[in-house]
Amino acid sequence: MSDPTSGSLVTTPPPEQPGVVGDTAPVGAGLPETKRDQPRGLLGDAWYDLRRKPLFWISAGLIALFVVMAAFPFFFTSGSPNDPVGTGLSRSLEGPSGDAWFGTDILGRDIFARTIYGARASIIVAVAATLGTVLLGASVGVLAGFRGGWVDALLSRIADVFFGIPFVLGAIVILFTFNPEGAGSNEWKIMGLVILALCLLSWPVAMRIMRSSILAAKNADYVVAARALGASNSRIIFKHLIPNCLAPVLVYATILIGAYIGAEATLSFLGVGLQSPVVSWGVMISDSQQYIRVAPYWLLFPSAFLVTAVLSFVMLGEAVREALDPKLR
Amino acid sequence: MTESILEVRDLVKYYPVTRGILFKKTIGHVQAVDGVSFDLHKGETLGVVGESGCGKSTLAKVLMHLEHPTSGSVTFNGQDIYKLGASGLRRLRRNIQLVMQDPYTSLNPRMTVGDLIGEPFEIHSDVAPKGSRRQKVQELLEVVGLNPEHINRYPHQFSGGQRQRIGIARALALRPEIIVCDEPVSALDVSIQAQVMNLLETLQNEFGLSYIFIAHDLSVVRHLADRVAVMYLGKIVELGTEDEIYERPTHPYTQALLSAVPVPDPNSRKNKAIIRLTGDVPSPTNPPSGCRFRTRCWKAQEVCAREVPLLEVRSGSDHPSACHFAEKREIMVTREAGELTELPTRTL
Repeated sequence: MSDPTSGSLVTTPPPEQPGVVGDTAPVGAGLPETKRDQPRGLLGDAWYDLRRKPLFWISAGLIALFVVMAAFPFFFTSGSPNDPVGTGLSRSLEGPSGDAWFGTDILGRDIFARTIYGARASIIVAVAATLGTVLLGASVGVLAGFRGGWVDALLSRIADVFFGIPFVLGAIVILFTFNPEGAGSNEWKIMGLVILALCLLSWPVAMRIMRSSILAAKNADYVVAARALGASNSRIIFKHLIPNCLAPVLVYATILIGAYIGAEATLSFLGVGLQSPVVSWGVMISDSQQYIRVAPYWLLFPSAFLVTAVLSFVMLGEAVREALDPKLR
Repeated sequence: MTESILEVRDLVKYYPVTRGILFKKTIGHVQAVDGVSFDLHKGETLGVVGESGCGKSTLAKVLMHLEHPTSGSVTFNGQDIYKLGASGLRRLRRNIQLVMQDPYTSLNPRMTVGDLIGEPFEIHSDVAPKGSRRQKVQELLEVVGLNPEHINRYPHQFSGGQRQRIGIARALALRPEIIVCDEPVSALDVSIQAQVMNLLETLQNEFGLSYIFIAHDLSVVRHLADRVAVMYLGKIVELGTEDEIYERPTHPYTQALLSAVPVPDPNSRKNKAIIRLTGDVPSPTNPPSGCRFRTRCWKAQEVCAREVPLLEVRSGSDHPSACHFAEKREIMVTREAGELTELPTRTL
């Protein structure tokens, strides 16, 4: 057997042993070649693959834009979301114009400013609730699927209980209990409660998706092989099961983001979610519904932002899912 | 033969059959492996043959301690492997490794070859220091005849034979003394089978490995094995050297199995007597009393239903056979069937 560190053109030592670089790195080998021959893992390969996808950059760029919009809305507009553009109601329901780009709503407020300021509540609620749902659901699902037996039975029944609560009813109960009318809770507390309600009422779906994937993968030959090598349970879960079971949950999560922006609007519409003066896209869309024929732009602009945001997340999820599957590369 | 490194004594594995959803009641047992005993010597290959469902794969799982046996003991280097603690078991894993049947499902599709073969070093981190692992992985790839440059490829980029080589490299990584091969070539086509078997043979000579080689293909086993155990319904019915089993089989079941091996030569095919067994293999949940083969045996008599024949050397034969009426019988087919796949290796 020949010593692979000497002579062979392909062996470039990994970056953690810089001491050997001198005698093994081929002279004049280009940087890309050196990079290609380094040992990489799944994540390294996924990142390598993602960097080459326009879909990823478009969606990531849009998401970054929305995040900046949520964090610093005043960078994008000098208008205020809650004060009318003119005096009083003098400029109610005006179409798009030079000083109110997206027009004004029934109270004469600048729709552009409101759309920009609305990004914060919508994005925070949707992303945080999705993360929470997926983390909670997936961890319970992994536990139930991997442990099996009575743990699985217990966790599945608990999930069934939450599954059985109708979403709107459950959310109203939770929000009314913790945020009774007239309590004057601040914006962040209500947002937190909305996120909590969304997570609590929809984690069972993520749990079931994860549990079924784990059950299918748990007895796979490669898991048996890992066990035969002496791998611990945590190693089997994190190195073998989760990478192979993530795809369905990831797809579900990207769909969930859109659904949650809508759900947040529903709760606001019912008077239990975010209330004026807090703006969100969902609130704007539900306000505009009655004026769709007189002022279509009132509905159009926040909806366009919402659709773009949801689409960006779906595209990002798709790109990540594809990058994580070596067979699709 | 040299000393034995693995001693298997009365190994039994029953799987309970349960009924009921809330209150599970055991209504019977699948007697997958029922009282198997044998010794594995250093550097030898023990072939295990038998038809589907006779407990070969269960035997492999129990030997690997992936399943806990119902009773019995397996002694490796003087230590009962079922009495080992967690750390003892981890050390044992270094010495007994497994090559699985299906190369398409036994490799994690989301790990690179480097990660797959490097995994044993990560689990047993004291075997190789971190810096040398990559080099070791490339050495292993070279040993099994793969290109060390393919370290960053994924399993789906390889053919079945190459994948099986990856599986062998993974099993070889910790320099085990015993490799349990659970039908390592049955998912491959014939020409690839020969390559993989030759590789196994070369590795055995190079590293002094002992194999437990499970297969249902008699010619494959003949090619590799020094000794052969024939299994039927969870029991070993005949155990002997390659020649003893293939040239002088004494158990009726072995004789029937061997007579079913196809003969490539059409002239000698005419002279061949095929023993046709009737009926099916009885259910392992409710095996026949006495000799388990008696329901399909042409020699069965009343004693076979009453007494379980022991695996012992009987008069008129030179190796252990579990039949009350063990006797030699000329089965002329096997030499050719054995030779067929042997051709490419003799030059090694």
